[in-house]
Amino acid sequence: MHRSDFPLLAASPGLHYLDSAATTQKPAVVLDAMREFYETSNANPHRGAYELSGRATDRYQAARERVARFFGLGDPDCLIFTRGTTEALNLVAQAWGRRELEPRDEVVITAMDHHANFVPWQQIAIATGARLRICELTPDGRLDMDHMRELIGPRTRVVAFPHVSNALGTVNPVADIVALARDAGALTVCDGAQAAPHMPVHFDTLGVDLYAFSGHKICGPMGIGGLLGRRTVLESLPPWQHGGDMIQVVQDEFSSWNVLPHKFEAGTPNVADAVGLAAAVEYVDGIGLDTILAHERHLLALATDRLAAMDGLTIYGPPAAERSGVLSFTMADVHPHDLATILDADGVCIRAGHHCAQPLMRRLHVPATARASFYLYNDESDVDALMRGLQRAAALFAVAGSASD
Amino acid sequence: MSLDDLYQSIILDHNRRPRNQGPLEGADREVHGHNPLCGDQVTIRLKMDGTTITDVRFEGSGCAISRASASMMTSAVKGRTTAQALTLFDNFHELVTGAPPAGTKLDGNAGTPGMSNASGESTDVKMPRELAAFAGVARFPLRVKCASMAWHALREALVG
Repeated sequence: MHRSDFPLLAASPGLHYLDSAATTQKPAVVLDAMREFYETSNANPHRGAYELSGRATDRYQAARERVARFFGLGDPDCLIFTRGTTEALNLVAQAWGRRELEPRDEVVITAMDHHANFVPWQQIAIATGARLRICELTPDGRLDMDHMRELIGPRTRVVAFPHVSNALGTVNPVADIVALARDAGALTVCDGAQAAPHMPVHFDTLGVDLYAFSGHKICGPMGIGGLLGRRTVLESLPPWQHGGDMIQVVQDEFSSWNVLPHKFEAGTPNVADAVGLAAAVEYVDGIGLDTILAHERHLLALATDRLAAMDGLTIYGPPAAERSGVLSFTMADVHPHDLATILDADGVCIRAGHHCAQPLMRRLHVPATARASFYLYNDESDVDALMRGLQRAAALFAVAGSASD
Repeated sequence: MSLDDLYQSIILDHNRRPRNQGPLEGADREVHGHNPLCGDQVTIRLKMDGTTITDVRFEGSGCAISRASASMMTSAVKGRTTAQALTLFDNFHELVTGAPPAGTKLDGNAGTPGMSNASGESTDVKMPRELAAFAGVARFPLRVKCASMAWHALREALVG
């Protein structure tokens, strides 16, 4: 469905793009919006005392308001634009962690975290002497909530976790984790990169203190994403990067900081990409996240059933009905990297590797998995192509095996 | 580009039944190779008698291309001198990338009959015919690193 909205897909009829968990394709409305901004409204916002600069400022602000609405964030000033999830999580780990963490404090993350959440907290723990605690997983790839309950205690200062696992598709129980963290008085930070594209996220009722996302996984351009936060939390954080736009007064000896959101947006902002992101969430809302979720679940269930029927196939993570858009698997005797090359020959794009989740791969006892991920523009023909490619791979490697035995 | 160019039967055979795979007791040299992009790993261990590679074995995990390459590399260099093995490295590198490696040539003329390096050691060595199976890799630029990982580890073990 909607394939014709995406110029790259429309121009590539034989392409079966199953790597949307890495990045989504971009609809024409997003590309048009960015071009239109540069053609009609380009100037440096917040600076010039001329009408064109004012127009750029208005477009930037309108984009912020539109994206905030997508996330159910009532106060648009509590949306900080960043380069993406990685920068948003680094912002929190650096700004908050550097000031707040001390030796004997504990930082709780999870074994299914993407490196974008895992490494910033690991590093700030090393730098501050805080102790990193890692919530382990159940055999079927969910967070072990008994372990989470054991880990979260009086010394816990922050709990940082993914809303949805990028490598397994596991949807985590945000409310339960928030309740545990809140009882311990800990900050909650949620990596929403894999949730925001696939399910309605209503920040104001979600309960987490901070929520990070990437625009390019929601049909938006690369290079823009954001951090959503509760106003009291964001106001209490010191700035992370310093420069233009984020200051109020710069004296020789000291400076004072601008109000939200500018305090966290040093330098010329990425206006065109923000405009593109606003067009992207408008597009996604137009189709409806509930519709997208149902469509993906259908394809995921279909693909899971058909793959599970193949010999030698192992599927990772919880049952399809409890996953979001991701199918992570291995085929006996065929390395994921070889699978990806063989599928690529038929125009099927899947991801092979550790999915920026090496701690998870170690726990699954595999060096890598193959991952097919679905989005609104996929259909059953993509599942058919995936199956054909896997059968071809199995045949290619089995023939070689019998010849040499 | 055809998959058959990449997954030639000899490559699939070495993937399925790798030669010289496993630990090597009493190894003189050991080098670990790693491709952080895909997580493939290989450890190359050598036994040397002077400049001659008397034994070589590998361990690791990786795709069919990297495994077959490690298997065929060990077969190709066992019993060779360091200079000959480095010539094979150059030839293999050129085979899978379509270009000679920058700054790694031994005295410029690796593979030319009768050539020797600065210490008078022969660099002359014939490329084993089965290595030609990797020529197809040049048409799959994303897989060049898979094919060359074990060779780079070997080179590091020989020249540091």
